Amino acid sequence: MDKIDRSIINTLQEGFPICDSPYQQVALTLNITEDDLLHRLECLLETGILSRFGPLFHAEQMGGALSLAAVKVPEEDFDSIAEKINSLPEVAHNYARNHSLNMWFVLATETLEQQQASIQTIENLTGLTVYNMPKIKEYFVGLKLEA
Amino acid sequence: MDPIDRQIITATQAGLPLVKQPYQALAQQLNISAEDLMQRLTTMQNNGIIRRIAAIPNHYKLGYKHNGMTVWDICDDQIDRLGELVGQLDFVSHCYHRPRHLPDWPYNFFAMVHSKTEAGAALQQQKIADLLGEHCHSNDILYSTKILKKTGLRIKKNVSS
Repeated sequence: MDKIDRSIINTLQEGFPICDSPYQQVALTLNITEDDLLHRLECLLETGILSRFGPLFHAEQMGGALSLAAVKVPEEDFDSIAEKINSLPEVAHNYARNHSLNMWFVLATETLEQQQASIQTIENLTGLTVYNMPKIKEYFVGLKLEA
Repeated sequence: MDPIDRQIITATQAGLPLVKQPYQALAQQLNISAEDLMQRLTTMQNNGIIRRIAAIPNHYKLGYKHNGMTVWDICDDQIDRLGELVGQLDFVSHCYHRPRHLPDWPYNFFAMVHSKTEAGAALQQQKIADLLGEHCHSNDILYSTKILKKTGLRIKKNVSS
């Protein structure tokens, strides 16, 4: 990753134009050629330095429901509980965290009713209480990490 | 959102084509005109269905190895004002008001912070604490110790409008 790669990452985190030749427009502001930009973007995606490039959708605005939920898992059952929770397709992410609430997952469903049903299913499957923490209000979402 | 908008969402979930005229390429694939596609993307961006068209870096690969979920117990009557302020800090990537689960979980505010060093993350936590002052009763920082599952948010084709 060189200085140009860094400026590409920093610039493209802000946004990308909607026009006939958007890469050319961005390349101009970065003072590189369109071909160079496309090639470098391909490499950044291939090496995983960029995990994605494209439209970022707002799930709730599309009618979907998202929630963050957590459970307290006894250490000895950790792997089997993770397997049970991960088996639900609506579990999008699941992380182990250093807290007594030690397993945190995101539920992505089409409706709130399905979210409730998923929580019930997880409680039945695991015998654990699910702490459901759907957002009440979003103050900021956006990420600008200086490369 | 109509069926064509949904097709656009499905077609771009993996990302935007890396060709000189990406919208033309996408439009062709969807059998609509490039003008129509660009208009629809602009509309979806304006009404918030698309947050933005952008690159998402992998935190770890950029050296941000300390990604903490800071959690806070903030007075209910101050949370909206303070939430907006915390959201303006340049090291906070997401922040939300979420429900408490008393007595085990007293925290009603979540802010994700990102740093290259552990000391840096602790300093970020301290900066938020300074901002919240007396309106915050307690706080904690949780680090992920393992990714157990990570799939892209799968947006289903039949999302009800």
